[in-house]
Amino acid sequence: MFRDAVLVAGKDLKVEYRSRVGAQQVLPFALVVLVIFAFTLDANHDLLQTAAAGLYWVAVLFAGVLTVQRSFALEAADGLRDGLRLSGLDPAGIFLGKAAAVAGQLAVLELFLAGGIAVLYSASLHGIVLLVLSAVLATVGLAAAGTVYGIVAAGLGVRETLLPLLLLPVVAPVLLAASKVWEITLQSGPGAWGWMRILVIFAVVYLAAGVLAFGPLLEES
Amino acid sequence: MAEAVLLRNVVALAGRFPVLAGADLTVAPGQVVLLRGANGAGKTSLLRLCAGLLPVASGQALVLGEDLSLDSRGVRRRVGMLGHATQLYDDLSVRDNVRFSVRAGGGSARDADAALEMVGLTGRLADTPASRLSAGQRRRAALASLVGRRPELWLLDEPYAGLDADARGLLDGLVTSAVAGGASVIIASHEAGQVEALAQRTVTVAGGRTTEAVLVP
Repeated sequence: MFRDAVLVAGKDLKVEYRSRVGAQQVLPFALVVLVIFAFTLDANHDLLQTAAAGLYWVAVLFAGVLTVQRSFALEAADGLRDGLRLSGLDPAGIFLGKAAAVAGQLAVLELFLAGGIAVLYSASLHGIVLLVLSAVLATVGLAAAGTVYGIVAAGLGVRETLLPLLLLPVVAPVLLAASKVWEITLQSGPGAWGWMRILVIFAVVYLAAGVLAFGPLLEES
Repeated sequence: MAEAVLLRNVVALAGRFPVLAGADLTVAPGQVVLLRGANGAGKTSLLRLCAGLLPVASGQALVLGEDLSLDSRGVRRRVGMLGHATQLYDDLSVRDNVRFSVRAGGGSARDADAALEMVGLTGRLADTPASRLSAGQRRRAALASLVGRRPELWLLDEPYAGLDADARGLLDGLVTSAVAGGASVIIASHEAGQVEALAQRTVTVAGGRTTEAVLVP
């Protein structure tokens, strides 16, 4: 399973590196979202700083939806989904590989967006251990849930519009918990670890669900 | 020795539509069988069923000893299918595409490179993104993926489409050597002449049934 996951993740990341869709479209889109929020709330700079954590995770979430869509669009043409079924790869390995590739891309994007909120919102990024740990957990959860719902939407003709509709409500707990951890940490407040538990539970549940359900979902797609 | 393919009264559905309506087919190890039939007769569905891609609704379907009505996934690593689609990632090079496919099937990068050499996709062509290949070169790349996986059962759906004379000869040679190595081959083709020389048997498909099996002398 893990050998297959490495193979699939390597393939997906190589496709993304060659196509540069992430670097030239998804990342600029996420930065534009941050800039738009900055324009909208700039008159109230204190509010902008207070809301920086939430706005950061909203931008990550939007970019995450695009990244997941892209991940499944790779196999939408030229019989590639049949190729994936025929490949003999373990479906759980395919799930873990695709989720890992999405997580890797999101991690890079989050680094740029963190720079974005530091510059645009004057957010002071202290408490770096908590910020990074929560970002890792939230990213794993987003990637795992996105990959599960990505394959659900992949076999449907309206996948481009259906995926956000399915995914955004499901990942609302990640958005809430990650925003809270970042907000508390950026303001040096207490209580971040309680929200961290939600991130751990979400990531574990969706990783397990994906490993178990991806095979049947791939057959149906 | 057990048959490579043994289908008895197999029914398969696409939605509610029966794409196979009681198909029978027997293919012995090392045998080449040619499927004939009009468009929509069920040739592609028959190949997809043998590949484990189309579920068996009823009947008996054994492929390489695996009962497809119990588990359609187990056989997939052991079959190779060349269909209308070439199953290539446009942004990856030919070499990366073939290596991914071959390694997914349990082979090595060396197997993939050897397959590329066999189909004549070497040098700069191997490092060209699949999106820049001609239709014939894409078919060659797909063929390399199939060859590199060393399948026990080859399922070829209109394999000569888009191939020039050299590539057709190459395909015939690859089929001949696969058969010599013990593989079985099912070819669905409208082509006359060249492919008939390869096949030991011709089976006619019509209305989702195999209606005729004629021994070719």
